[in-house]
Amino acid sequence: MMQPMGRSASNRVITITSGKGGVGKTTVTANLSAALARLGRRVACIDADIGLRNLDLILGVENRIVNDIVDVVEGRCQLQQALIRHKAYPELYVLPAAQKRDKTAVSPAQMVRIADDLRAQFDFVLIDSPAGIERGFKNAVAPADEVLIVTNPEVSAVRDADRIIGMIELLEKRPPSRLIINRVKAEMVRRGEMLSADDVTDILSIQLIGVVPEDETVLIAGNRGMPEANSRSGQAFNEIARRLLGENVPYTHSNPSQGFFKRLTRLFSGSGARQGSVFDE
Amino acid sequence: MSSFWERLLGRRNQTGSRNVAKERLQLVLVTDRSDLPPETIQRMKDEIIAVISKYVPIAHDKVEINLEQRQRDNWLVADIPLVRAIQSGSVSLTDSTTADDA
Ligand SMILES: Nc1ncnc2c1ncn2[C@@H]1O[C@H](COP(=O)(O)OP(=O)(O)OP(=O)(O)O)[C@@H](O)[C@H]1O
Ligand SMILES: [Mg+2]
Repeated sequence: MMQPMGRSASNRVITITSGKGGVGKTTVTANLSAALARLGRRVACIDADIGLRNLDLILGVENRIVNDIVDVVEGRCQLQQALIRHKAYPELYVLPAAQKRDKTAVSPAQMVRIADDLRAQFDFVLIDSPAGIERGFKNAVAPADEVLIVTNPEVSAVRDADRIIGMIELLEKRPPSRLIINRVKAEMVRRGEMLSADDVTDILSIQLIGVVPEDETVLIAGNRGMPEANSRSGQAFNEIARRLLGENVPYTHSNPSQGFFKRLTRLFSGSGARQGSVFDE
Repeated sequence: MSSFWERLLGRRNQTGSRNVAKERLQLVLVTDRSDLPPETIQRMKDEIIAVISKYVPIAHDKVEINLEQRQRDNWLVADIPLVRAIQSGSVSLTDSTTADDA
């Protein structure tokens, strides 16, 4: 049973968002929630993608939904009655989105109230944001203490990430943003045909918190509705979870561009300057 | 052969789409972040140069006005060398402003 644990100042609401759709927000939310639960943390994740709920499916709790977030907001049930406990991770709970309503069914203020309630009971509250910059995004970031921006090493996803980072900088609360680069194909980076994690981090100029490789296990785990801890992507999510907890985890496994040869060529070329002058004549 | 060494050293493929992507993104983000399209920036530069030229002669060929990205902020950085006025008559070794002050 859920015991209110007394609000702790260290409990955190973290919103996972992106700009461009389909880059892996739901994947990150599900896998990071599981990774934090494995590390012994109490985690609640909220599906803020009202009308297009998916987090329940990826976490395998879709058959046990009785109430959803809109039922809570509209007073048809208590918050506790809408939370679904994960079968494999007893410290992980899911608050599902409504499937037959739209984003306007919840307001940013209502989202803040729900997140505050959960923050009092859980070490981590993770919010899976819908794509875009409309109401759903505003709902998802309203209660955020921190934001994780997910992008792919691909021009349109990076550009949209930049736009979202700019919008988060304009929020009253100004939650700090960190970057997750998902679906990196090491082999393509090596061939010079894909932006590396360093490239993307340089361009966006925000702090990196994780690099997740392209990994078919993500799809397989989604099919099963059970996050996979022991794959390459699972390892990357474990690392992100540990960085969230303040551990200094080096990027060796998941980021091939950070390898020895990269550093060697850097040494010789003396590159690494961040600021780029673009309009030289 | 050379591709073996390139791979071993992780050398960048300079013509690969990775570098093209990086350059194009850096350019488009200057516009996105500042809301200034390249033509507008060019017009602004021309006007800045014209205004300054009204007051003081400048070395046009050495002018540099660039929009730079410093972390997530845009900076308009200008280096505008002035042409030193050569007064007819005296060629003084001291700077003209010091002479005026005296
Ligand atoms: N690291 C990865 N390797 C391989 N496939 C991935 C990876 N991450 C995500 N995917 C796949 O990409 C697709 C989109 O992922 P996901 O649903 O998490 O994105 P999203 O950002 O939540 O999308 P939306 O904007 O529609 O909510 C899924 O099919 C997922 O399996
Ligand atoms: Mg999603």
